Amino acid sequence: MSSKSINLTLKVWRQQGPKAPGRLETYKAENISTDASFLEMLDIVNERLTLEGKEPIAFDHDCREGICGMCGSVVNGRPHGPQKETTLCQLHMRHFQDGDTVYIEPFRARALPVVKDLVVDRSALDQIIAAGGFISVNTGQAPEANSLPVPKDKADLAMDAAACIGCGACIAACPNAAAMLFTSAKISQLALLPHGRPEAAKRALAMLAQMDAAGFGNCTNHKECEMECPKGISISNIARLNREFLKAALASAEEIPAATKKE
Amino acid sequence: MTWVLRTLSTSIGKKQLMAVTGLLFLLFLATHLLGNMSIYGGGPAFVAYAEHLHALGKLLVAAEVLMALALIIHVLTAVVLFFENRAARPVKYAVDKSGGGRTFSSQTMPYTGLLVLGFICVHLATFSHHIVDQTTRNIFQIAVAVFSQPVYLVIYLVSMIILGFHVRHGLWSAFQTVGANHPKYMPFIEKLSIVFAVIVAIGFGSLPLIILAMR
Repeated sequence: MSSKSINLTLKVWRQQGPKAPGRLETYKAENISTDASFLEMLDIVNERLTLEGKEPIAFDHDCREGICGMCGSVVNGRPHGPQKETTLCQLHMRHFQDGDTVYIEPFRARALPVVKDLVVDRSALDQIIAAGGFISVNTGQAPEANSLPVPKDKADLAMDAAACIGCGACIAACPNAAAMLFTSAKISQLALLPHGRPEAAKRALAMLAQMDAAGFGNCTNHKECEMECPKGISISNIARLNREFLKAALASAEEIPAATKKE
Repeated sequence: MTWVLRTLSTSIGKKQLMAVTGLLFLLFLATHLLGNMSIYGGGPAFVAYAEHLHALGKLLVAAEVLMALALIIHVLTAVVLFFENRAARPVKYAVDKSGGGRTFSSQTMPYTGLLVLGFICVHLATFSHHIVDQTTRNIFQIAVAVFSQPVYLVIYLVSMIILGFHVRHGLWSAFQTVGANHPKYMPFIEKLSIVFAVIVAIGFGSLPLIILAMR
């Protein structure tokens, strides 16, 4: 397969800092190989901007192999671009046509404020995990592996939920900027396994309280999150979160804790 | 009891209020439609149904109070959710495309809801035995009088289509919210959502036409 080159017009969100006003700026991305990834295309544009003495476009990235959850922008109205179950770093320029105009915007949510240009602060997601997205295990000798039997179907569902890389595309895609798919995946991966059950009630209440306090919207079942999730996380996890929360709030003795305020 | 309020004021708590009251309305729609189907037995059957209903006395009052409470909760919670959800994304996208999840119904829920609320006001004002005197005229005669006015006829027909769209997202959404997403049942519930929406729109929408045809 021979590679070819395409020319694009980019409309990129530029914003100096969290408080600064932002706007869409137009750039030419010329002679871009269709073998380049979307982030490599931005690298090329940035090199040219740097040589011209202009400020390069700030964007998040780390592993560039679709597993770290760092990259992500809204490309032509779609988080991580138009390709299904693909992170932005794994999106390649062969999916674009010569002459296309490409809008690149940051994930937009009050709870994920813009740091600069396309970089957003996702610490609200870390705080949801810190509120209860773990199991408490004593250090010391590892227990016998077969003392807690795990059915294969449950292990599979837990693995599906654990595929969440915490990129925030679900929030970016949600018309209400809700973080339910993320939170539900982080609760489900533990709630489905016997190791997660002892703290299940406490976890569900604490993580939901933290999610609410961060200023995300409310889920109204649009299903956009599932459609845009680069890991294909299902909204059946959200139904599980609803069940887990109701069980914890109505049937357990646990109280909903106060959320920690964001710094 | 503070834990109850605290639970209901969380994002999932508010959704439960919407879902449970919504499911009540769906049950109401089903019984209301079934009852009104008596019109297909002719004018006298329809009048007899209304009289049997009113003969329920205190039971009917209890049902009315329950529906009124559910309506207040459903509408007030919807208003809170609407403004919270708008505030959750202060800067809008320049380009906003669907990934294939949202539907016309899901996107218009606040607006179809508002229109249905308006319809309920019109409906009560034109039919309710609390507002319209039913001693001199029976319910069939009242219905004929209302639907003979083109304005009301159009309001009723259009409202039933709007209600259909509200139900189409509301039904499956309520099941998802109460946590009833099951690999065996959810595909059926999603289809039921569409089928019930069509039944509601056509079922209720046919009533004014059949009443006019029978006058």
